[in-house]
Amino acid sequence: MKLTRRDALGLALGGVAASLLPARAMADAAADAIAAFTGGAATGTGGITLTAPEIAENGNTVPVSVDAPGAVSIMLLASGNPTPQVATFNFGPAAGSQAASTRIRLSKTQDVVAIAKMADGSFVQAASTVKVTIGGCGG
Amino acid sequence: MISRREFIQASLAASTILGTSGLSRWSRAMAQQSLTQDQLLQFDAFGNVTLIHITDIHAQAKPIYFREPEINLGVGEAKGRPPHVVGKDFIEMFKITPDSPEAYALTYENFTDLAKSYGKMGGLDRVATVVKSIRAERPEALLLDGGDTWHGSMTSFKTKGQDMVNIMNQLGTDAMTSHWEWTYGQDRVKEIVETLPFPFLGANIFDVEWDEPAFEPYKIFETGGVRVAVIGQAFPYMPIANPKWMFPDFSFGIREERMQAVVDEVRAEGVDLVVCLSHNGFDVDRKMISRVKGIDVILTGHTHDAVPEPVVVGDTILIASGSNGKFVSRVDLDVRDGRMMGFRHKLIPIFSDVITPDAEMAAVIDAERAPFKTELEEVVGQTESLLYRRGNFNGTWDDLICEAILSERDAEIAMSPGVRWGTTLLPGDNITREDIHNATSMTYGQCYRTEMTGETINVILEDVADNIFNTDPYYQQGGDMVRVGVLGYHIDVSKPIGELISNITLLKDGSDIDPARSYVVAGWASVNEGTEGPQIWDVIESHLKKTGTVKLTPNDSVVVTGA
Repeated sequence: MKLTRRDALGLALGGVAASLLPARAMADAAADAIAAFTGGAATGTGGITLTAPEIAENGNTVPVSVDAPGAVSIMLLASGNPTPQVATFNFGPAAGSQAASTRIRLSKTQDVVAIAKMADGSFVQAASTVKVTIGGCGG
Repeated sequence: MISRREFIQASLAASTILGTSGLSRWSRAMAQQSLTQDQLLQFDAFGNVTLIHITDIHAQAKPIYFREPEINLGVGEAKGRPPHVVGKDFIEMFKITPDSPEAYALTYENFTDLAKSYGKMGGLDRVATVVKSIRAERPEALLLDGGDTWHGSMTSFKTKGQDMVNIMNQLGTDAMTSHWEWTYGQDRVKEIVETLPFPFLGANIFDVEWDEPAFEPYKIFETGGVRVAVIGQAFPYMPIANPKWMFPDFSFGIREERMQAVVDEVRAEGVDLVVCLSHNGFDVDRKMISRVKGIDVILTGHTHDAVPEPVVVGDTILIASGSNGKFVSRVDLDVRDGRMMGFRHKLIPIFSDVITPDAEMAAVIDAERAPFKTELEEVVGQTESLLYRRGNFNGTWDDLICEAILSERDAEIAMSPGVRWGTTLLPGDNITREDIHNATSMTYGQCYRTEMTGETINVILEDVADNIFNTDPYYQQGGDMVRVGVLGYHIDVSKPIGELISNITLLKDGSDIDPARSYVVAGWASVNEGTEGPQIWDVIESHLKKTGTVKLTPNDSVVVTGA
């Protein structure tokens, strides 16, 4: 039988990674996007909650949500994708909450990053590693 | 209020299962004389609430042998801590007498001799005796089943889990959670759940399309004059570790923030005690209770660990009750004024020759087995070697399975999944068809044959290793390493993914695996839909009928460092 690489990996018994590369240094493209968003300002932590699965059930559609009370804008990045920018959510003064949910496609194991611009012009950041794997080895 | 320290001491005292007669190579009758049912069940009732926990039965209704792991490495913060302590270290840590009944039940040391002395363990008719005895004292005791109950035997496979459903209904389960249950397919799960007289809990089971809760997350019980919330947590990595196409409408995940929200919800309802019935696995649960606040007791499952004392993390106690019906945990709690004031715990070992079977349950089990009796009991071969599976890297059952695959499927390399279920046979035992199914039963047991490059094989080994040895428990899926026939490799468990595996060689000539070359690989338990091949149990049976007696040589093909 003729198998694609993905099929062949799925045949094997263990959970199987689509890529062996761990999320190491953030790709240049992601760093550039962050610099453009923050204008090079330092980013703090806290006040932003990023929710993503630890291991993606389906790398083609990974549910991600972000909540940053008081933010005026939140940028979401898939740092390891060829095109890291996922979305930038802008919140007007009448917004009831500063939260957003979406589903994103992840090409491989990587950090999903969210950066919020707060009303005072400061930035906060959160990141979460999402492992992309296929195949299984249940207990 | 008693201090936390006193709780631990109280539990230690109760955890000392038996007397201290050190015995080696005693006759079976002599050994069993030192054990009595009264000793096994002895427990000074405490407080006002009793929980009974059993988990990962894997459809083992009859007594079995189950050898605990010889290698069970912990990484990161789990290194050297229970459950990652085995053999002599375990005996020392828990102050157990070598060769005692506890040593036999809880470790692999001197297993064959002790198994011959102390006999098989488990049997749900014996478990029924224990449950009835506890309920005679505490009629409102809650029996909580951690899942992996409907899968793992020939009869459960043939009845699509119905035999175990009937047996557990007889036992009187109050709530359960799930994992392998889902491998009968979502329609079958829903069909069974509609008939259950108790809730099938899973706070982390969501609808795929809308990402909304799809199953009952918790149930509040009135017991011992207080209100107890039992929250279910199904196996988080269902669609990754098992075939997603069998339950396409459901999503799982650890969903820590969801667990916190559910705990907060039941606390807001004013419950006095919060219990989490989890199939996360030990290390995942230890991390989760360090981050989710408000759980009093977590009953862990999935990783098959039998730990004789509760592990205390903050204000939460973690209970691990083993697998295959070998143990039942009794946890008595003093719950007053909306909080847990103290506990007493005992991991009760089910010595099948010592605990009298419950006649009603024995009749139910026999009735379930009757239609398949002849098939189950047919002797297919004999073994001169101890056949076991549990352990991080290899087990003799998988050596045998890989040998069968290589010979029956004409492959260069064989792979066998690192599941933690599968019972043990002693040297000299017959191998029955039932025994083969106990090591292989599943709804996706087709033995595939395909080609893989050396690079792909490396990717597989790296990824499976990361599922076990990632230092963050939330990235661990809880199985053991994939077993590989005729391959050897080195693994440094202290390294990150991509650097874990080296020196992959073909054992027959010691040559290095060529990343670019294609190899004929055969294995079983593919998660891909439409996998073709004979069922693995038929492959093994065909092999055994040709070879007759199993005699395996020690397997030292995996070299482990960094532990």
